[in-house]
Amino acid sequence: MVVISQISIWIIPLFIMLVLLTATWKKVPSYEMFVEGGKEGVKMAFSLLPFLVGMIVAIAIFRSSGALDALIGLIAPVLNFFGVPPEVVPLALVKPISGSAALGITTELIATYGPDSFIGRLASTMQGSTDTTLYILTVYFGAVGIRKMGYALKVGLLADLFGILAAIVIVTLVFG
Amino acid sequence: MVNLIWAFMAIIGIVFAMFNGTMEDVNKAVFESANEAVTLSIGLISVLVFWLGIMRIAEEAGILKILARLFRPIVVRLFPEIPKDHPAIGYILSNITANIFGLGNAATPMGIKAMEQMKKLSGSNEASRSMITFLAINTSSLTLIPTTIIAVRMQYDSASPTEIVGATILATIISTLSAIMIDRLFYYRSMWRK
Repeated sequence: MVVISQISIWIIPLFIMLVLLTATWKKVPSYEMFVEGGKEGVKMAFSLLPFLVGMIVAIAIFRSSGALDALIGLIAPVLNFFGVPPEVVPLALVKPISGSAALGITTELIATYGPDSFIGRLASTMQGSTDTTLYILTVYFGAVGIRKMGYALKVGLLADLFGILAAIVIVTLVFG
Repeated sequence: MVNLIWAFMAIIGIVFAMFNGTMEDVNKAVFESANEAVTLSIGLISVLVFWLGIMRIAEEAGILKILARLFRPIVVRLFPEIPKDHPAIGYILSNITANIFGLGNAATPMGIKAMEQMKKLSGSNEASRSMITFLAINTSSLTLIPTTIIAVRMQYDSASPTEIVGATILATIISTLSAIMIDRLFYYRSMWRK
């Protein structure tokens, strides 16, 4: 498990080095390309803003009223049985439906419990390890006019469930 | 669906506050959290700009193409219905490599092209076996470095914002493998029924 934390620290600097070395070797104008790509990052951050404001405010209302605690108290016994922390349940429910909404929930969890808490780490890992099934289904099937989806939705949602369970097991093993 | 969940969280919260005497907290939370969300989004700019910049260099330097070559033998096996040299395989490879690097904007058009090619192959408006396999892989996420999450963790003063990268990669591999296996399982089940 120490290996996994070490990989986490090394992978990004090593990747940056590899990219820059290859680019220089192939005579790619790296700085100019960097600036080109970076402009997209500015756009992306601003397009995320309304998603985050909407979701974070709704969760803040739900939490500050005491409704969230009441809900957690209700379902906690069942989830404890499976080893699932009840705090991440809203995230698990929203994740297959909307990626930006899920990011709002993850952010709220990190803000409330701290990024280095168990909940914070689990939410971070869950956010990264599955994608938005319904969005992908809608976009890809919609774009080419597929009417009958077959078993696609079932496969996608089941895979999400496995991804979430995997995240819980791995975070428990790695960070305890 | 997300509209319902979103609206109901706020509605239930406000109704709950009426009976629970927490209206003052709710009132405060609305404005404080909106403010916090804006501060956060602006804070995300730093990491997103840097990472998308680096990714653009990687794309331009042909690193994605090298990876696509590496994955080719695996992908050909995952899609037995598609002939080896069919353009669909090429688009699927570009989609997967773009996803691995977190280039969602580049991955989606490639994915749609791959779908068009697969539809040509099947010639009906019913989802084919290859299409569902392709969707299963895409919905399980392939991203290696969860950039946005790292940025959020930085904003909230994590002692080690990137410490979750290893765990995320492991979870991603497991979720992708299980997506492929679930897809196979459902395919054989549908064959058996026929």
